[in-house]
Amino acid sequence: MTTIRLTAAALALAACTATHAQKSAADGIAEYRKMLEDGNPAELFEAKGEDLWKTPRGPKKVSLQRCDLGLGAGVVKGAWVQLPRWFADTGRVQDLESRLLTCMETLQGFNAAEIAKTGFDKGEQATLAALAAWISAESRGAKMALPQGHAEERRFYELGKRAFFFRGGPMDFSCASCHGVDNIRIRLQDLPNLTKNPGDGIGFAAWPAYRVSSGEMWSMQRRLNDCYRQQRFPYPGFASDVTIALGVYMGVNAKGSESIAPALKR
Amino acid sequence: MQTTHRFRIAAAALVAAIAVVGCATAPSPADLDKQADAMIRASFREQGIAKLDRLDQDLGQKACSSATPPPEAVAQQVEAEAMATIRWPQGGNYIGDWRVGERLAQNGRGMTWTDSSAATSANGAQCYNCHQVDKKEISFGTIGPSLWNYGKLRGVKDLADPASAPIIQYTWGKLWNSKAYSACSNMPRFGHARLLDEQQIRDVMALLLDPKSPVNQ
Repeated sequence: MTTIRLTAAALALAACTATHAQKSAADGIAEYRKMLEDGNPAELFEAKGEDLWKTPRGPKKVSLQRCDLGLGAGVVKGAWVQLPRWFADTGRVQDLESRLLTCMETLQGFNAAEIAKTGFDKGEQATLAALAAWISAESRGAKMALPQGHAEERRFYELGKRAFFFRGGPMDFSCASCHGVDNIRIRLQDLPNLTKNPGDGIGFAAWPAYRVSSGEMWSMQRRLNDCYRQQRFPYPGFASDVTIALGVYMGVNAKGSESIAPALKR
Repeated sequence: MQTTHRFRIAAAALVAAIAVVGCATAPSPADLDKQADAMIRASFREQGIAKLDRLDQDLGQKACSSATPPPEAVAQQVEAEAMATIRWPQGGNYIGDWRVGERLAQNGRGMTWTDSSAATSANGAQCYNCHQVDKKEISFGTIGPSLWNYGKLRGVKDLADPASAPIIQYTWGKLWNSKAYSACSNMPRFGHARLLDEQQIRDVMALLLDPKSPVNQ
C-alpha cells in the first residue's frame, strides 16, 4: 500500500513537472524513475519468478532447474543478454519466452501451444511473465551479447530487419515509422531509434519492464504485441517467428549496451 | 572415351560440390525478402476488426518497406496513383468547425484490434501524436513538422479569397492521401484509408486554416 501511494505521489509530481516545463518532460520522467529505483514493483515478480523456476510443477512435477537457456542446463546468470539465440535441440532460433515454453513442455509436461494461445497475465502466461522478470534480472548490468555465429541467427537478423521496415495496415505504419530515426517522440514519449544501438538501458536493453500506467509486468513478447496493436496490425502469435526475428534484430543492434531489465516504465 | 568419362565424373562431382556449398551459403537478399514475407504471413492471426488483409501491401507500402527509399520512378508512380485517389469535397466545401477539429486532433484512438468498430465515427485524427498543433497543448509529438500557425504562415487571411485556394486544396489532398505528395510519407492516408469521413476532414481543415482557429492566432 505504501508503495502504491508513493507511486501515485511520484506520478503526480512527474506530471506537474511535465506541465510546467515541456522541455523537461523527459527529465521529469527520469526523476520519477529515479525516485522509484529502490522500489521497482518488478522485484515482486522477480521473487515470484525465482520461486516458480525452482518449484516442481506441471503434469511431471519437476522444476525448471534443468532448463537450458543457452549457457547450459540450469544456467540463468548471463543468459538473458544472449537471447534470442540458436538452440540445437529444437533446431530453432528462440527468444526467452519461446525457450521457456520448450522447457515447460519437455521438462514439466505442459502444452506449449496452449500456453502460447492463453491471454497475457492468465494461467501459465502469468508464470512466464514472472520467470522473464527473474531471468532478466539475473543479467542486470550485463552487456547485450547476442550470438551471431550460427547461420540461422544471421538469417533471423535479416528477417527481423525486414519485419522492422514492413509497412502495412490502415495507417501504413511499420516499426520504423516510430523507431527509425533519432530524437522523435509521440506526444511526450521519447522514441528510441532501434535501427542502431540506442544506448545503455534503452529499447531492447530495458525489457521486460514493470509498467506503472497499467500496473503490469511486461515481457518483451508483450511489449511487441502492444507495438503491433498500436501499429494497427493483426495479432502477432505469442513467440511467433516475427517476434523472435525482431528480437534478434533489436538485440544484435544493441550489442554492448547494458541491460537494466526488468526496468520501470511509465 | 576414358578421358571423357573421367571428365563427366569430375563435372558431376563439381556440381555436387557447388550444391553443397550453395546450401551452406547465406540466402540471397531476394530469398530473404520472400522468407520474410512468408514469416510475417505465418506469424499473425486476425483479432476483432484487425483482419489479415492488413498485411496485404499496396505498391506504396511495399516500395517504402526498407531502409532505403524506392527508385525515383517508383516513387513517382506511387505519388501519381495516390493523387488520382483524392476525392475533392462536395460543392467545394472545404472548411468545417475548428472546435470539432481540435477534438479530433486530440483523439488518437481507432483501428486497433481492441477497438470495437472500424467506422470513421470511432476514429480520431491523431494529429497531436506526431505534430505540434495548438501551442496551448504541450503534449505533442515530433514525428511530423509543427502545424502551429499553419494557415497564418501560409498567408491565409480570408478563406474565400482565391489566393487561398491552392493551399486549401493542397491541405485537403494531404489529409486525404498524404502519399500523393511524398511516396513514403509517415502520415496515414486519412480519406483514402477511410480513417476519417469528409466532414471530419473539413473540421481538421478548419483547425489548420480558419483564421479564427486558435492555431492561427
